[in-house]
Amino acid sequence: MLRFLTRRVLGAAVILVLISLVTYLLFFALPSDPALLSCGKNCTPSNIAQIHKNLGLDKPIIVQWWDYLIGIFGGRHLPLGNCPAPCFGLSFNNQTPVWALLKDRYPTTLSLAIGGSFIFLVVGVGLGLVSAWKQGSVFDRAASSVSLLGQSVQIYFIGPLAIYLLSYKLGWLNRGQDPSWGAHPGSSLTGLVLPCLVMSVIFWSNYSRQTRSLMVEQLSEEHVRTARAKGMGSRYVFLRYALRGAMGPIITIFGIDLGSVFGGAIITEATFGLHGLGNLAVSAVTQQDLPLEMGVMLIGATSIVIFNIIVDACYALIDPRIRLA
Amino acid sequence: MTSPSKAAAESAGSLTLDPEGGNPDSGQKRAAELVGRSPRQLAWIRFKRDKVGMLCAVVVAGFVLIAIFAPLIVKLYGQNAYSLYGQDDGLLNAYGLPIKPNGGIDGTHWFGIEPHLGRDVFALLIYGIRTSLGVALCVTILSVLLGVTVGLVQGYIGGRTDYFVGRASDLMMSFPQQLFFIAFTPVILSLFVKPGDNEPTYLRFTALVLVQFVLGWMSLGRLVRAQVLSLREREYIEAAKLSGASSSRIIRKELLPNLWTTILVQSTLLVPVNVTAEAGLSFLGVGMQQPTPDWGLMFQDAAANYQSDLTYMFFPGIAMVIFVVAFNLLGDSVRDALDPKTIR
Repeated sequence: MLRFLTRRVLGAAVILVLISLVTYLLFFALPSDPALLSCGKNCTPSNIAQIHKNLGLDKPIIVQWWDYLIGIFGGRHLPLGNCPAPCFGLSFNNQTPVWALLKDRYPTTLSLAIGGSFIFLVVGVGLGLVSAWKQGSVFDRAASSVSLLGQSVQIYFIGPLAIYLLSYKLGWLNRGQDPSWGAHPGSSLTGLVLPCLVMSVIFWSNYSRQTRSLMVEQLSEEHVRTARAKGMGSRYVFLRYALRGAMGPIITIFGIDLGSVFGGAIITEATFGLHGLGNLAVSAVTQQDLPLEMGVMLIGATSIVIFNIIVDACYALIDPRIRLA
Repeated sequence: MTSPSKAAAESAGSLTLDPEGGNPDSGQKRAAELVGRSPRQLAWIRFKRDKVGMLCAVVVAGFVLIAIFAPLIVKLYGQNAYSLYGQDDGLLNAYGLPIKPNGGIDGTHWFGIEPHLGRDVFALLIYGIRTSLGVALCVTILSVLLGVTVGLVQGYIGGRTDYFVGRASDLMMSFPQQLFFIAFTPVILSLFVKPGDNEPTYLRFTALVLVQFVLGWMSLGRLVRAQVLSLREREYIEAAKLSGASSSRIIRKELLPNLWTTILVQSTLLVPVNVTAEAGLSFLGVGMQQPTPDWGLMFQDAAANYQSDLTYMFFPGIAMVIFVVAFNLLGDSVRDALDPKTIR
């Protein structure tokens, strides 16, 4: 298991380094000169040269990237200011370290991701299990139509509708606000209910469909039939035998979805006016703040890669064939 | 009949018989009745029997026709997508909201007019579908072409090529997709236009297509590779090789026909994904820009005005739900029609 994990972590590290290289090259090697963006209207050539020097753009691009990479672990002293240990550079906009901005926004993304993924896993798998338990029943058919609909709606459509109905008209739920768990835990919770619910809709339909078909498949397996023939209770067989077999693929999808929501649920944040990583990414792009874009991109990629490793580890825990291979 | 290899590769692991669905007897009887028909005819017959599938095909065709004939439809309808009817004809009140109830729906403006600018919603929607569907179809076609090519090369050549191309696509799959789209649309645009200059709409269109295409082909590539890997070892390919067929002949005549099901189903499912991704980008403000009519921009506009003019939201919203549902169901039906052994 340890060897398995070491191998996976090393592979992930290589992927992250490559992603940082590709992103860096694309951002800084292309014709849009960051100096032109950050010096505004009164650009003289000497002005531009000064900015190049300040941003370190006078060096070869590979050297720049290497400095950037080293800076993430060791911190850097940039001409425009000090940038402590996890240094993702200084924001073009107001010269604050990118890491401070990321850290400031991450609680919102994290709360949204944890709340939303909890809901979509429970609702999705729950619906799928009940549908598989009562195959062909009214509930099964209703659940599958609802899932189809859920798979086809978009957050930017149902989000405003939900706000209008549940918050504006009925006043049941808060219309969504950034959490501040330290200061107002109560309002942080109520402010997240609606965004988490809406975000979960587009995810859980996939889980309920997958869970149902996997369970149906598992229930016709030989070992499940044997367990039944031995006289085990059908609920026990359903949960202990069939569900265990169906878990692998579900965990895989869950890992992929987690990777994407922990990197920032951009459209959900935009719809509900939350200020998480996704919002930061959009504003970085509109303000052409390249270091900030780099930072958000790397955080997003890191979360995808980390959850890939976790999925593999879970797989190995469930299924000994993979662990021993 | 479709070749068994196709079914085996498609549903490896799910070949257990479903107690309700898979009745081997009836399948055989049907095959006996239909002796002498090509697989394509068989698939078409199965598809025609599928009422939901047919309905979805009609709906999908409808959307495509709307997109193609948008100028004609709008001309017949009498209003266009750019005139500011609300301001010119005084249909908006002092707050910029339609005066008439329900978003200003009446005989001339069937779906009402948009708040603030006062353009005609029906014309906007028709043209918006055209823009979004156009981007999505371009992305889908390019992704499918590249995905199939890469998958074929990886699977057929194998060895080191397979390894390195596989790792490259792993790398691309680790990019956060939406972030990548958002961050690189301006980068690609800056390839064509200097920052600050006004860019023509077709360049934005191209940039959106390119940025989605770059990350769009890997999943199909993987599927094709996996299938080619298993097909490559089969006897009929070996026979073709022994009888001296060239690689290109084997790929075209022996491999590709067995891959059509996967390619067709996957590309059907890719279209709605790409449409919603494009609309999402425009919704966030980094896709198409006003005043180009676009599905996502309508959502952006409607979301800003949901409290005062909810009706405006429903037209693009319901149109999109119908569109995505139809495409998803069509994908399922195509799969069932082409591959009777898949049990779903």
